[in-house]
Amino acid sequence: MGPNIRWTGRTKMKNIFLAFYLALKEVIRNRGRFFLVSLVIALITLLVLFIAALGEGLANGNRQYVANLDAQLIVFLEKSDYIISSSRLETNTLRSVRRVDGVADAGPIYTSSTEIVSLAEPLKVSMLAAEAGRPGMPAVIEGNYFRSSTARETVIDRNVALRSGLKVGDEITIRSTQGVEDEFFRLKVVGMVAGQSYFFQPTIFVPSATWEKVRPQSEADLNSSTAYPNILAVKVTDPSQADVVKARLLATVPNIEVTDIATTINNIPGYSAQQGTVQTQGFFTLLIGVLVIGGFFQIQILQKVPQIGVLKAIGSSNGVVGWAAVIQIIVVTAMGVAIGGGLTYLFSLGFPPTIPLVFNGSRSVIAIALLLTIGPLGGMVSIIYAVRIEPLKALRLG
Amino acid sequence: MNSIALEVKDLVKTFALDGTTINAVDHVSFQVKSGEFVALVGPSGSGKTTMLSILAALLSPTNGQVLIDGQDMAEMNDKRRVKLRREKIGFTFQSNNLIPFLTAQENVEFMLRLNGKADKAGRVRSAEILARLGLNDRLHSLPAQLSGGQQQRVAIARALIHNPSVVLADEPTASLDTERAFQVVETFAHLIHENNRAGIIVTHDLRMCQFVDRVLQMRDGKLVQTYEAKEEIVQLAMGTLRH
Repeated sequence: MGPNIRWTGRTKMKNIFLAFYLALKEVIRNRGRFFLVSLVIALITLLVLFIAALGEGLANGNRQYVANLDAQLIVFLEKSDYIISSSRLETNTLRSVRRVDGVADAGPIYTSSTEIVSLAEPLKVSMLAAEAGRPGMPAVIEGNYFRSSTARETVIDRNVALRSGLKVGDEITIRSTQGVEDEFFRLKVVGMVAGQSYFFQPTIFVPSATWEKVRPQSEADLNSSTAYPNILAVKVTDPSQADVVKARLLATVPNIEVTDIATTINNIPGYSAQQGTVQTQGFFTLLIGVLVIGGFFQIQILQKVPQIGVLKAIGSSNGVVGWAAVIQIIVVTAMGVAIGGGLTYLFSLGFPPTIPLVFNGSRSVIAIALLLTIGPLGGMVSIIYAVRIEPLKALRLG
Repeated sequence: MNSIALEVKDLVKTFALDGTTINAVDHVSFQVKSGEFVALVGPSGSGKTTMLSILAALLSPTNGQVLIDGQDMAEMNDKRRVKLRREKIGFTFQSNNLIPFLTAQENVEFMLRLNGKADKAGRVRSAEILARLGLNDRLHSLPAQLSGGQQQRVAIARALIHNPSVVLADEPTASLDTERAFQVVETFAHLIHENNRAGIIVTHDLRMCQFVDRVLQMRDGKLVQTYEAKEEIVQLAMGTLRH
């Protein structure tokens, strides 16, 4: 038994070495043809990576702020269906939530949007309000937080700085529709936070009282000076007990519903539909890639029928022929993906920051892994075909 | 005395076609010794290519036995047949003989690689055998850079490099002009004799028979005539033989 196993192992190794020899010699000697096939794979790679990057970029643009919250639970107004814009909490809800056992901290989040008009080109931004140092307010990477809840100050998202050239110390003017009139407010930039896009827009943060004053509001809202938060970000003492704290919150605080960050993101209007669309595009691009690559390798195998017939007639096993086809497909696919990855990187350097492309996401890694499998997957039929070629028929001896 | 390298015993191969049975090979028996070069001739449809395919272990007979170095092919499974083809048989075909992306020398060496015998000595031997066939300046040429005759000579080198017991050639001169065809078969015959291999050439061109030791004539699947006398063979090749 032992020697037999060793013999089988040696034979397999010999077959694989032979297959490598054949596959690589063919690729090297026909490098022009294989380069063209690689280029097609490279173009598919380019397309798939751009779709993946666009998906990541759009997702980031929509969810980045919520995804980066230093919190495990989000409190909404009851029956708001976990939709941030539909939720408007009572002011005393925050105090009630903070008192619940297991809650380490909670911070109110107020959402709105506005337009910075003091720039050469007006820039639409999400205007959020949160309490400095509380869940909901990101860490400042440059400058400071606001001095008070009424200060006419703002902390800007780095994306705002990238697009507008604004820096800490500058002043901005925002336009806000108050009733039926446009009003303009001046805010001083006192700090900057890392990328915090929300609802496809870069973000500026303002204190809660300032937010209530400068946010766009209807005629009816103008009579109120109380800011009602849309949601509360809740940080729990023990994240593994988040479900227990959620149950406690629901039991003790009236008129709320509570969920986690992932559900909150999925309920951002348009997020799921948009991601579904992008993922479907990516899926179909990969599918088309599989079919195109499969077609290429099938044509190549059909052209090589006599050659495979000779190989088999002179004593090459199915193992050698099959492995040679597999290795060749892997080499050509890897070459194509590498070229495509390089091209994608070069193209990405030329894109303006307004186009939401993010290449460092897990999507890009998954896309590359999937791209590396489309060659062998597409070539599966041709590999099976190559193994089944009968030398007698291939050489027209029969 | 030379040993029997190939033995065919009462070989039968039938095919079913449109409900009728065709005897492609009909109770054929013969032997070929080491160092003997035999021509298998006959008109189109006489069964010679079917016979060659069976001898090459590419086709299973309906009945009868084929023994190479005493090993009965009928008792072998597919894997052992592949091994037999690799180790005991050398093969040249009418066309599409060579692996197009390997050079002349690499094509010849490939048989050694298949048999796990590719080493420096094998490399020297492959260069020598190609030089012997007049291809010393074409060692690194790809098949597409070689003429038809040169390609056939490379195929002959490949068929002999691994010291097989039996060398089979299927119409190796079909795509060559007369002068090249004579050169190829003459060289083939020399190498068969020099290396003490059993050689079988299938040809429809009787002129090529002048280089062989024996001619087996087939018709309708049967072995109808054997020519062994040199004078008879020469007359057959010249087209002057009278029955």
